[in-house]
Amino acid sequence: MQRYLLKRLVSLATSLLVASLVIFAVIEIVPGDPASYMLGLNAAPETVTALRDQLGLNASAPVRYLGWITGLAQGDFGLSYTYKVPVSQLVSQRLAVSLPLALYALALTTIIAFPAGMIAAARRGKLADGAVMGVTQLGIALPNFWFAMLLVLAFALHWQVFPAGGFPGWDQGVGPGLKALTLPAFALALPQAAILARVLRSALIETLGQDYIRTARAKGLSEGQTILRHALRNAMIPVMTILGMQFSFLIAGAIIIENVFYLPGLGRLIFQAITQRDLIVVESVVMILVFAVILVTFLVDLAYVVIDPRLRTKG
Amino acid sequence: MRLSFALGLALTLTALTAALVSLFWTPYDVAALSIADKLQPPSPAHWLGTDHFGRDIGSMLMAGARTSIAVALVAVGIGMGIGVPLGLLAAANGGLVDEFVMRGNDLIFAFPSLVIAILITAVFGPSAVNAIIAIGIFNIPVFARVTRGGALGLWPLDFIRAAEVIGKGPARISLEHILPNIANLLIVQGTIQFSLGILAEAGLSYVGLGAQPPTPSWGRMLAEAQTMVALAPHVAIVPGLAIVGTVLGLNLLGDGLRDRLDPRLRGRA
Repeated sequence: MQRYLLKRLVSLATSLLVASLVIFAVIEIVPGDPASYMLGLNAAPETVTALRDQLGLNASAPVRYLGWITGLAQGDFGLSYTYKVPVSQLVSQRLAVSLPLALYALALTTIIAFPAGMIAAARRGKLADGAVMGVTQLGIALPNFWFAMLLVLAFALHWQVFPAGGFPGWDQGVGPGLKALTLPAFALALPQAAILARVLRSALIETLGQDYIRTARAKGLSEGQTILRHALRNAMIPVMTILGMQFSFLIAGAIIIENVFYLPGLGRLIFQAITQRDLIVVESVVMILVFAVILVTFLVDLAYVVIDPRLRTKG
Repeated sequence: MRLSFALGLALTLTALTAALVSLFWTPYDVAALSIADKLQPPSPAHWLGTDHFGRDIGSMLMAGARTSIAVALVAVGIGMGIGVPLGLLAAANGGLVDEFVMRGNDLIFAFPSLVIAILITAVFGPSAVNAIIAIGIFNIPVFARVTRGGALGLWPLDFIRAAEVIGKGPARISLEHILPNIANLLIVQGTIQFSLGILAEAGLSYVGLGAQPPTPSWGRMLAEAQTMVALAPHVAIVPGLAIVGTVLGLNLLGDGLRDRLDPRLRGRA
């Protein structure tokens, strides 16, 4: 157990280190000088020099990398060139939209996928199974941003139940905020739920063929009880793996969906930063997103231990 | 032939044909603007209607198919070209080489693909080529993993031992015996990555990081349609249907191929 944890921790640290090196290196190879790149073609030479000083570009690459990394570790992400505010401040404002959106979508994904996958597995080969498989096949093929547009067309323009876009801010209350996030979360969740339902179905079908399931049925449990009490827990390992991977899809997907709904989240921030050539913001936000994904992978590894007691004793 | 496989084949062939035909013929010139005909609903003259510049949507779809398919296909090529040799190498050598290849793969998996694409375009500027690179990088670990998994299962088998006995080296065995035996796996995975590539390309060009105007692309058609959804829903609905149709077709084709190519699955539902 301890060895397992230690191994995971080492791999977490290595991934973060290498990821930060890669991101730093990519930003390093920006053609030409970052300062003149950020300021554009018509900048006066003095301005460029001033910005170079401000960005600390005169130091060598290893020194700048160390400075960036130690800053990140202390929550200092540098100063946004265009917004003139600390990047950490920008990020925390935007995270207040992006994180609830990703979690909302994750919740919807599981709420849709679990019943669908369980019904399909329990009624394998029957009509319900066929319906779930057909709908999920379609769901997988659905680009989430297009689905988002269809949702807007139906629920914002035609029926006017939800807003078509924008975000009122949490200070207007939780209700309006959640309402503004509902269509985006659905657009993100549905394609992911389709994948998860299929994984759950095949994992359940696999475990339903095991001997202990036969025992459970033999002692008189109904099909529903068999699935809920015995099969589900044993099918959770592949499901957790996919769910963890889906979080990274949800984060990436949120970047696009935020643009469909004009939500002021990290995704909008990163695109604005790209158009304004604010490389410091791009660099830091990318690092934060990658950090989130690596952290979730780590947490999923930990969750395996909770779900599968055999891992607690193994190395 | 199962119905879903036939449907998959039909949808895929439709997209491929549209792309190929668009190379030398489209009903209308995709670059010709005709503001007087803008945002027309589907009609005998324009089967799928026109967009906000009066361009024929059907013609744009055909040309867009070309972009989507080309980007996804080259991205699959990158993934196979680099991933398959890596997987073969990892399986044949084991030990440190294996460890190195697999950890490198884990690392690529840690980056959300769109974030990499954003990073690449932030630095090198948006273009179809950069979209291909961004999508292709993520195909590498997928193919490396599938190849390694398939190859590891083959190495202990008798016919590989026999090849070793007659003096063939690991490289020759990998090429002459392992590769032909995992070709099925690779074809199926290729179809899946192809469909994911179409979706990824659409996403990237939707946010403006893919093919740039005037190159037609399904994703950008949707981006341009977004503000006109209320006025002319068909402008937004038609390109989306093209994406869903193509991706669905490739997925069904992949499933069908898996069932047909894997003798162990044959006869099972």
